Amino acid sequence: MLKDQDRIFQNLYNDKGSDVASSKERGDWVNTKEITDKGRDWIINEIKESQLRGRGGAGFPTGLKWSFAPKEVGSRPHYLVINGDESEPGTCKDRDILRFEPHKLIEGCLITSYAVQAHVCYIYIRGEYFVDGQKLQAAIDEAYEKKLLGKNAAGTGWDLDIYIHYGAGAYICGEETALLESIEGKKGQPRLKPPFPALIGLYGCPTIINNVETIAVVPTILRRGGKWFASLGREKNTGTKIFCISGNVNTPCNVEEEMNIPLKELIEVHAGGVIGGWDNLQAVIPGGSSMPLIPKEKCETLTMDFDSLMAEKSGLGTAGIVVINKDQDIIKCMARIARFYKHESCGQCTPCREGSGWMWRMLERMAKGDATKDEVDMLGDVTNQIAGHTICAFGEGSSWPVQGLLRHFKKEIEKRNNLDPIVQKKNNIPYLVDQHLLDKKNA
Amino acid sequence: MSLRRPAKDQPESFKFNASSLEAANVIVAKYPEGKQQSAVMALLYIAQKQNNNWIPLAAMKYIAKFLDMPYIKVYEVATFYTMYNLAPVGKYFVQVCTTTPCMIRGANQLVEACKEKISENEFQLSDDKSCSWTEVECLGACVNAPMMQINDDYYEDLNKQKTLDILDKILNGETPKPGSYRGRVNNEPENNRKTLVDLKNA
Repeated sequence: MLKDQDRIFQNLYNDKGSDVASSKERGDWVNTKEITDKGRDWIINEIKESQLRGRGGAGFPTGLKWSFAPKEVGSRPHYLVINGDESEPGTCKDRDILRFEPHKLIEGCLITSYAVQAHVCYIYIRGEYFVDGQKLQAAIDEAYEKKLLGKNAAGTGWDLDIYIHYGAGAYICGEETALLESIEGKKGQPRLKPPFPALIGLYGCPTIINNVETIAVVPTILRRGGKWFASLGREKNTGTKIFCISGNVNTPCNVEEEMNIPLKELIEVHAGGVIGGWDNLQAVIPGGSSMPLIPKEKCETLTMDFDSLMAEKSGLGTAGIVVINKDQDIIKCMARIARFYKHESCGQCTPCREGSGWMWRMLERMAKGDATKDEVDMLGDVTNQIAGHTICAFGEGSSWPVQGLLRHFKKEIEKRNNLDPIVQKKNNIPYLVDQHLLDKKNA
Repeated sequence: MSLRRPAKDQPESFKFNASSLEAANVIVAKYPEGKQQSAVMALLYIAQKQNNNWIPLAAMKYIAKFLDMPYIKVYEVATFYTMYNLAPVGKYFVQVCTTTPCMIRGANQLVEACKEKISENEFQLSDDKSCSWTEVECLGACVNAPMMQINDDYYEDLNKQKTLDILDKILNGETPKPGSYRGRVNNEPENNRKTLVDLKNA
């Protein structure tokens, strides 16, 4: 288990306060000027050396992303945007940072803004987290009062203003370009990439977008050194991560742990074990709802990091672990996730808008045992027609969980759904079947 | 996508009151000059708050004029985002999370409780018109499942009885205490904390 002194979020459970004074006791804001005095290149190199990967789901190397920002500020100002639209089912880590460790985030914003030469930073928070956003706003107000923000913020000589922008219940706004559209006051529909936001982003200006957790760990990395961060976890999967363990466990919780920790240790030690014992485990969703599930056999030895989960055809995503035990109907669980995606599709690309509904309706019927034999393969076909055929990664996110279900629980579906195909049964259901197919002469 | 329609009975006109106007001007100042359209989401919230938890079409027209943008763009935003209520929902709007992490911990019991106490159907006002409920997608408090949101506050670690008690309170016009209803502190593992123990005991 990770040593307590190596945990970045000391106030994860709010044992101490979240105000400036108690944050300073934990080391925030202590020597911000010393860090920025070392220069932009040093900061970006140190982050590169730490091998920090984005905590929002895609796992893109953060140092590399920052280096995409133009070196010189031209006629267009640079912006920093923080993505706090945490909506992935199974994930609730950013909320704790917003309400209990706001100064880690604010200081991270200042250092990052300095590194990418932004004077304005927008923090996008999902509308449902209004109360937590108010707590962050209180922390921002206090930071202005103590001269940690505004002109010559924290004595660094850099001017920075931070504003909160609330979302309004759209999951898709967690996608970076949809988030920018939303800040611009439009519908949250993703943009085509390229151009990437680092060059043309908010209001057409160069914009760096990072997850709340990514930015909140930056000050600690720079204080303790990129080498320290890289010494945790393993190569290319370094550092610590907040894991959210929910579902059928005895003590669901958020916990900060080292990358590459065994899944079984997370569940057994921190989450108090699966309800009904380890043998009652059915499957685990390892990284928020859009990552394919992992069946029990593989959970024994699985370690939690980006690359080892990728090897299992799943992903770390946001590290929102949903544990599903054998008391649950796995098809119904996935049907509910499909309903989530059907509800949250922004409607811009046809394969996603229509396909997410198809997947949901088929899975609902499969859960009841009302589907025909051939529909199992048809469902797989639908997922393949969505993934990779949309503007943003929502297409993948919505079809991967269904593909995971088909990969590991196909027998379960087939056992429950053994009706003969409608065409063969020659059922006269005009609204379901193309009638010409029933007539062999015309087929 | 979700189907969203404005209410049939619409008020004739809408205008920000003094405090809304002040809040709106603060928000518009957050964004660069000429980019006042960015404030539309926040202004819709202000209108919703002022107008008893829902946004009439007149408010959208008013905001469009206020921000100097086409009415249809405001309408687009208001109908796209699900947190804008386009029809009356009552003083207390109960949103029950029923996405998978909550579902497998018994969110259906919360829905049953809402049906018993408030109304048979989603978005249907209670008899005294003070309250309505709906199922929503993930509210981002998965380790505190099952949970629900009433207006701005989260009520976590619930079961059917606790939900019934909370709903009784709001139907009596009280505001119950938000947070966990199993007495646990925030997101920590209940009686099983293995990390940062020194801080807890300090």
